[in-house]
Amino acid sequence: MHGAAVLLELGGVILGLGILGRLAGRFGLSAIPLYLLAGLAFGEGGLLPLVTTQEFIEVGAEVGVILLLLLLGLEYSASELLGSLRAAAPAGLVDLVLNFTPGLVGGLLLGWSPLAAVVLGGVTYVTSSGIAAKVLGDLGRLGNRETPVVLSILVVEDLAMAAYLPLVTGLLVGGGLLASALPVGVALVTVALVLVVAVRYGETLSRLVFSSNSEVLLLVILGLALVVAGLAQQLQVSTAVGAFLVGIALSGEAAEAAHDLLTPLRDLFAAVFFVFFGLQTDPRSMRPVALAAAVLAVVTAVTKMVTGWWAARRVGVGPRGRWRAGTALVARGEFSIVIAGLAVTAGREPALGPLATAYVLILAVLGPILARASEPLRAALTTAVTAVAGRRSARRPAGGWSPRGP
Amino acid sequence: MRPKETGTRMDIQETTLPGVGLRHDFTTRAGRQLGVVTHRTGRRDLLVYDREDPDTCQEVIQLTNDEADALAELLGAARLVEHLARLQQQVEGLAIDWLPIRSGSPYAGRAIADTQARSRTGVSIVAILRGDGAIPAPTPEVGLDPGDTLVVVGTPKGVKDLSQLLGS
Repeated sequence: MHGAAVLLELGGVILGLGILGRLAGRFGLSAIPLYLLAGLAFGEGGLLPLVTTQEFIEVGAEVGVILLLLLLGLEYSASELLGSLRAAAPAGLVDLVLNFTPGLVGGLLLGWSPLAAVVLGGVTYVTSSGIAAKVLGDLGRLGNRETPVVLSILVVEDLAMAAYLPLVTGLLVGGGLLASALPVGVALVTVALVLVVAVRYGETLSRLVFSSNSEVLLLVILGLALVVAGLAQQLQVSTAVGAFLVGIALSGEAAEAAHDLLTPLRDLFAAVFFVFFGLQTDPRSMRPVALAAAVLAVVTAVTKMVTGWWAARRVGVGPRGRWRAGTALVARGEFSIVIAGLAVTAGREPALGPLATAYVLILAVLGPILARASEPLRAALTTAVTAVAGRRSARRPAGGWSPRGP
Repeated sequence: MRPKETGTRMDIQETTLPGVGLRHDFTTRAGRQLGVVTHRTGRRDLLVYDREDPDTCQEVIQLTNDEADALAELLGAARLVEHLARLQQQVEGLAIDWLPIRSGSPYAGRAIADTQARSRTGVSIVAILRGDGAIPAPTPEVGLDPGDTLVVVGTPKGVKDLSQLLGS
C-alpha cells in the first residue's frame, strides 16, 4: 500500500506542476514563481502537506541543482567564457557592485551575521539567465544590438558564481574566516585548475566522452556530472560548481548532443528543486520579511536597470535599447534560490529562506513584465523628466526635442 | 566572407552571442540593415532592422536548416550564373568543375538540398547536365539522377570535398 501512496502523491505533485507551467506559459510568465508557490503549499504549514515523498523530493532537488548548472556550463565553451570576460569585465564589475551591495547592506541592516549578509548579496546579484534568455528569445530580441551586452553580463555572472559558490560553501562549513581559509583556498585553486584544463584539453575530453548512441551519451554525461559533483562536495567546493565545470569542459558535438538529451531531465528535476525550496519555507514565516523583500526587490530592480542601461550606452546603443537591456536583466530566479539554498541547508539565519523566496517570487514575475513594458516605461519616464525640466527652465526646450536626435 | 562585388567592399560585422551562436549584419546601399543570427542548433534567424530604432529588429524570420539553404540557393545560384559569363573559366582561388553522379553515389535519386553542398563545402551547384539538356540554376528540391553531371563552383578544396561526398 505504501508504494501506491508514494506514486499517487508524486504523480499529483508533478501533474500539478505541469498544469502550473502551462498556466504560466499562457501569460508569458516564468514558471519558477509558481513552482515555489506550489512548494509553499505542499510544505509544513501549507495547504496540502506532503507525507510520503519528502525523501525523494530532497534527493531530486539536489540532482536538480546539478543539472541546472551542468546545462548552464554546456551552453558556453571555455574560450567563449574567457572572451566574454575580457569584453564585458567593466560592465560585469558595475553589475557586481550595484547589485551585490544592496543585498549585503540589507542583510546587515536586518541585523544578520556578515556571512548571511554575503549570502543575501549573492541572492540579489545574480540575474536569472534562464528567464532573461527566454524573454530575449520570446520577444524576438536576439538580433538586437544590445543583446550581446546582456548575454555577456549573464556570462560574467555565471563565471563569478564559479568563484562565489565555493567561497560561500567553504565559509558556511568552516565557521570562522580563519578556520575556513584553507578549504576555500583549496576550492578556488581547484576551480582555476579545472578551467585551465577545460581550455586546454576540452576537445580531447569531449571526444573521449562522445558517443553517437544517445542512450550511452546520456548515461555517461549524467554519471560524470554526478560523480564530479559528489567529489566537489567532499572537497567542500559545492556540488553545483562541480557540475558547472563539467559542462564547461565539454564542447563541440558532445556538448550539443548532451544539451538536447539532458534538457527534459533538467526541466523535471529543476521543478522538483524549486518545489523543495518552497517546501522548506513555512509560509507563515514569510509575513515578517515581506516588506524587506519588497524593498530589496524594488531597489535591486532599479540597480539592474541602471547596470543594463550603462553597459548598453557604453557600446553606443540608443536610449530605447538601453532600457531594453536594463529591463531584460531584472529577473532573478534559479541561482538566487541555489545560493539561498546553501545557507538554508547549513541552517544559518532562519529568515534568509523566507526572504529569498519572497524576493524571487516578486522579481521572477516582475522581470519579464518590465522587459515587455520597457518602451512605454521609457516613454513615460522621459515625458516626466522633460516636463520637470521644462517647468524649471524659463525657456522651453520640450517642443520637438527627442532624446534620440534625428 | 569575401564580398568582392563590382569593386565596392561590403562591411559585414560578426558578433558572438554567448550561449546562442553568431550574428552577422551589414547595411545595404539603400541604408537598410540586414542580419542573420546563426544558432548553434543550426536554426537561422533572418533580421531586418528597424528604420526608426536601428538597435532593434522590425522583422525576425526564423528559418530551419532546409529553408535557409533554399534561400541561399535562391539568392546565390542566379548570381553565380551571371558571374560565370563574365569570369569565363578559372580565376585564382576559384574552381569550376563537372562532377558526375554515378549510380552508386549516396545522393543518386535524392534532392540537391539533401547534399547540403553549400553549407558543408561552400560549393554551389550552378547547373545540372542531364542527357542533351541542362537545368541552369537548379532549385534545392531538384532531384539528382544517376548519369547526371553537376556543374559546380567553389574553392578548389570545396570542390574536392564535394566530389568525395558525391562519390564521384
